[in-house]
Amino acid sequence: MSWASEFPDVLLCRPTGLVVLTGLDTTYNAVHTAIWDSFCNNRRPDRVPLQFRVLGADHEYPKCKTKRTSYEWYMPRGVLKTGWMSKHLQQVPAVVVCFFDLDWDEVMWKERQMECATKVQIVRDSLSGRSTRVCVVLIQKNAPLPPGEDVVAAERAASLCSSCELSAKSLFVLPLTDHLLGYTIRLENAFYELSQSYYHTEARRVKSHKEFLNKTTHQLLYVRHQFKIAFFNELKQDSHTALKHYKQAYGHMLELRMHDTNILEVKTIGGYINYKICRLSFQHNSPLDAISQFRKHIDYFKSRAGNPELAFENCAWMSKQFQVFGDLFDEAIKLGLTAIQTQHPGFYYQQAASHATVRKQLVEALKKNDLHSPSPNPLELLDKLDFFGQRPWRQNHQSIDPPDALKERDGILALQVQELKVDHSWLIIPLLSNAMSQFKKYKSARMKRYLMVQMGFEYCHAKDYSKALTLLSRVTFDYRQERWWLLLTNILSTELKCSFLTAKVQDYVTTSLELIGQHTLNSIEDKTRIQMNLIRVMSGNRPEAEPDCAEECTEKARQLWKVALATSDPQIITIEMHNIVPFVECKTQFTQSSFTTNQEITIQVFLRTTCQFPIRFSKLSILLNKQHYHGKCMLNDGNGITNDNTIAEGGDLYLVPGVIKTHSFSFVPDQSDVGQTLEITSVALELGNEGSICAILLWPRGGGDAVATPLSQQQISHRFPVKPITDPTDWRSIQVQASTKLVSRPAQLEVTVAHCSPCLLQEVYQMTVNICNKEDTPIKGVEFDLRMKSGQSEDSKTHLSVALDCKSGAQDSKSCSLKINFGDIAVGESITRDIFLQCDDVGIRNFVAQVSYDIEQSVNTHAITCRCEKSLIVDIDVVKPFDVNLKMNSLLFAPVACIHSDEPFLIQAEMSCLSPWTIEILNTELNLSQSVRFTDDEVESQLKGLSVESDECVNECQCLVAYPTVSPSINLGSYVITWRRSSAGTTIPPVTTEVPLPVANIELVPVLVELLTPSCGYIQKVFPVTYEIHNRTPYSQELEFSMDNSDNFMFAGHKHVRILFKIASITIAMFLIYFFRFISECFRSQRSTCTTTLFRCSLVTWLFLGSMSTSSATLTAWMVRSRTCYPLTSSSARVEKKAAVEPPSSLFEIHFWSICILRFVFFCK
Amino acid sequence: MAVCVAVIAKENYPLYIKTSNADNELKYSFTVHTSLDVVEEKISSVGKNANDLRELYLGLLYPTEDYKVYGYVTNTKVKFVLVVESSNTSLRDNEIRSMFRKLHNAFVDMQCNPFHSPGEKISSRSFEKTVATMMVPESHS
Repeated sequence: MSWASEFPDVLLCRPTGLVVLTGLDTTYNAVHTAIWDSFCNNRRPDRVPLQFRVLGADHEYPKCKTKRTSYEWYMPRGVLKTGWMSKHLQQVPAVVVCFFDLDWDEVMWKERQMECATKVQIVRDSLSGRSTRVCVVLIQKNAPLPPGEDVVAAERAASLCSSCELSAKSLFVLPLTDHLLGYTIRLENAFYELSQSYYHTEARRVKSHKEFLNKTTHQLLYVRHQFKIAFFNELKQDSHTALKHYKQAYGHMLELRMHDTNILEVKTIGGYINYKICRLSFQHNSPLDAISQFRKHIDYFKSRAGNPELAFENCAWMSKQFQVFGDLFDEAIKLGLTAIQTQHPGFYYQQAASHATVRKQLVEALKKNDLHSPSPNPLELLDKLDFFGQRPWRQNHQSIDPPDALKERDGILALQVQELKVDHSWLIIPLLSNAMSQFKKYKSARMKRYLMVQMGFEYCHAKDYSKALTLLSRVTFDYRQERWWLLLTNILSTELKCSFLTAKVQDYVTTSLELIGQHTLNSIEDKTRIQMNLIRVMSGNRPEAEPDCAEECTEKARQLWKVALATSDPQIITIEMHNIVPFVECKTQFTQSSFTTNQEITIQVFLRTTCQFPIRFSKLSILLNKQHYHGKCMLNDGNGITNDNTIAEGGDLYLVPGVIKTHSFSFVPDQSDVGQTLEITSVALELGNEGSICAILLWPRGGGDAVATPLSQQQISHRFPVKPITDPTDWRSIQVQASTKLVSRPAQLEVTVAHCSPCLLQEVYQMTVNICNKEDTPIKGVEFDLRMKSGQSEDSKTHLSVALDCKSGAQDSKSCSLKINFGDIAVGESITRDIFLQCDDVGIRNFVAQVSYDIEQSVNTHAITCRCEKSLIVDIDVVKPFDVNLKMNSLLFAPVACIHSDEPFLIQAEMSCLSPWTIEILNTELNLSQSVRFTDDEVESQLKGLSVESDECVNECQCLVAYPTVSPSINLGSYVITWRRSSAGTTIPPVTTEVPLPVANIELVPVLVELLTPSCGYIQKVFPVTYEIHNRTPYSQELEFSMDNSDNFMFAGHKHVRILFKIASITIAMFLIYFFRFISECFRSQRSTCTTTLFRCSLVTWLFLGSMSTSSATLTAWMVRSRTCYPLTSSSARVEKKAAVEPPSSLFEIHFWSICILRFVFFCK
Repeated sequence: MAVCVAVIAKENYPLYIKTSNADNELKYSFTVHTSLDVVEEKISSVGKNANDLRELYLGLLYPTEDYKVYGYVTNTKVKFVLVVESSNTSLRDNEIRSMFRKLHNAFVDMQCNPFHSPGEKISSRSFEKTVATMMVPESHS
């Protein structure tokens, strides 16, 4: 039947004009061969669309029919002759070219010209009556001269043209130079023009017939003529005109009356014209036109199936139409057209496949009738038809009824017999595969899968079962995933059939497992049958045949099964259950989310089958991430698979549908696994006998439902309270728990770390560890471990020391952790130990104290040693114990910024206690440097033995003198405090805290005035005043000293002295002062009183400083010192720089006021 | 009238498939299933802008020779698919729309039933009744 729907090559190819080259001897003449090669080889798309043939000059072309002058009595016998297109493509040339070797300077010109003319004439004769263009090409050895220069050439060319009856335009010259291809292309273009004019004339000629036609009798001719015009236009490469005429042809064709006798012809031609229209539309980049034309075409012919006995013919035709359109569409896409998801060639291929499938089904119906080819065969002339689409037994017949009913029946029968020989599957599969690749390209994964399924079915139909199996097994996953059970069942059933027929045990078993489950939608009978077959296979027997299998295939399968099951090696089939939706479901759980090491670990396994009949498994084992437990998680069913009721000794794996079977495995954990996670890596359930054939059903992790609940449903189910307890009868409530933690046994210990926080800086801090055994049995190997919490120990700046022994000194073992071995502790006993800590930095320290020990335990008569642990966190805050403030003061307790050498000053230490604990000061000490000394010979700590409480403050003060020095500042030394917290026992070593003394700036003073007065004066008594003036410069100085008068005093002695002030000598000026005035107020107040009064003296000196480096600026301060501490006698000195004199000697005037405290003695009257 | 009505869950598994002729159920199932390709494509191409209100009615999904497949997706991504025979030219876009609306209403009514657990196969009698009104009568094919 394929003949009727086939598209001839002449239709599918792109029509190109035919040019015949004559006079070329391509066999013996090398020059001619080169010319021919340049024409026919390497025809790239940029060259003109022409087809060349080399023929002899006397070649016989198809005879031209005599021109019809009238169509009046002409009855057309068909639409289009089968040979017409090929005739014009391959036989009737548009142009005939005569090649002739002739140079313009040929000696025997006349003779050669004659010869050429004869040749042209021969060609003309052979074309008898056709309007084919004839032209002459002269092959010349010499290169041509520029046009117009060669007079001889022009003359001879004219004469040649006239003798050959050629127009000047049809004469060409081909010089044999290096640029042969260039000349060829120029010639080609000239031929192309000639061919276009030829085809144009031909089209016009056909068009001219139109006026002779009438609609009643010449309907077929309307189609034919339009088709021919279009075809000639195509040859002319005028595709737009061609398309127009094809459309007209199609229009005329739709007007044809259709009946059973001509339906095939109409459809064939319709298909051809439609093909041309679509092809040209795509070519003109109007795919929508092509698609709508095709739709119209299909819609029109879909309902016109013709003779029901030949319905398959219609399907074949439809299939071909779709396929060809798909090809056209695809080709257009390759040339740059873009398609979309809902409009691409895949749909057409798919439709083609579906029509092909219908055709196959129709043929299958035919197979039931016993058909024999009639003789003589009416299809003998099938390949030699006159017209496209006609019946071979009644060609050229155009009436409505067949001429011979008997012959007609024979013909139909013969067609049917022929159709039966076609292998339809191999027509369908390539179409499906084409469609598949298209749908894949346009992101239609499900459609692609559907096509794969169809392809699988088709392979199955074509009896290529293993290929079918491969294809189908690749798609089941997705249908399973999306839970389209109906589709899945359908596919699996076919898979089962295929695996049965190929005796693939693994596939057979896997598919069966799924098909007998609850989710697949096959009938109960089917399920029963499949389960029985499964049991047969698992017990080493051959399964029964699947229904709807061809007898010979079943027979072959039986042999295959025999071989497959006869192998002596045990067959182990491993099936991953998460890849399928099996009939048996498994859930496992650890009964607790964590187990202590002295507990037995229990794993519960829940099994449920959803098949029709009970089934017995042979072995259940649980694989954990620790392999040493495997032996303890195994259950064997001693009975064979066929054994139904007896309960086995070892275990029972006889599963009744719908009843949940529970098994539990218990084992004692290994002590080395403490702290680790125990996980179920997989659950294996074995079906069948390990010795012969055995299927291992493998669930990863702890198993689960056969079908995972979609997320949305899970969320919804959480709206209702989840049952906390696993109900062993409700499958859905069973939760999978595939991992558990092994933790150490909780320690029954009392551990305390007693200490008095906060800890003081640098103090030896005592902590007391107390461990009390509250267990029922003695504990062994008790270890106490104290370390800084992770993250803190890295802080190297805060080095702290934990030491056991006070005497060895906390400073020696500077480590951040310690370990104490307490040994064994009896029941109820407690052990106490002190540990010590010293911190050199303030801040909070977090310690982890951990106690671990061994204890003997018995679990289920097993004696095991458990390691238990207890840990607690100890937080210690380290604070500063006190603050020491060291100040330098003058002897008058005025703070000083700098000191003067050889002059005493005070160092005052103020210690304020910050700690909450009372601090006992054991000693304080000033460690002086080389540059200072005490003024007193014996120095004793003033704070020794004091206890300072929180927020209290103690002071001490020492008088120091600095040695003369040249450096501007000196280091005074340090202040050392030895202390301990008063609550600490004497065993605790005291802490020595050293505070550096401030760095003192030394200032050089050239003159020192010292006032020596009694502590107080009495009114009207002598009050001796002595000024000691020290010269600190290495030079002699002149000094003028004057005493001012005062209202309150009168004095004796020099009022004004002038002294030469020797080097380093001390000059004393002494005055006696009498109290002179009486202050009546003092009496009036009737009480004894003190008052202070001032007196002033001035000192004027020329200081010669010589080469002393002290600059004048440092001389701003003068010191007046008084030995007397009490009552206060303060003197102040004012220095006035009299004038800016040169540094070596400056005049200074010094005024100083001395204050005298006077005591009035009151006499009562 | 439709020859097949299908309701498909958000996760693309069928909640309900009703065909006018039980023999064709497999074929229609495949048709409905493959139409999900287009449905998904259409949903994903709209979903870019959250402010865009997607029209629930997706229109014609697949132009096949014998059937027209129409799609409708609720806001919770539950899909309705209607398969209509191509020969049935009386059904216009508007009628299809109203059929979908009817179906949607029936679906919502059913979801409101406190005894219905969402995500499970549909077995509601009133829903069946609504579907039956828009199906080609069984005897027809």
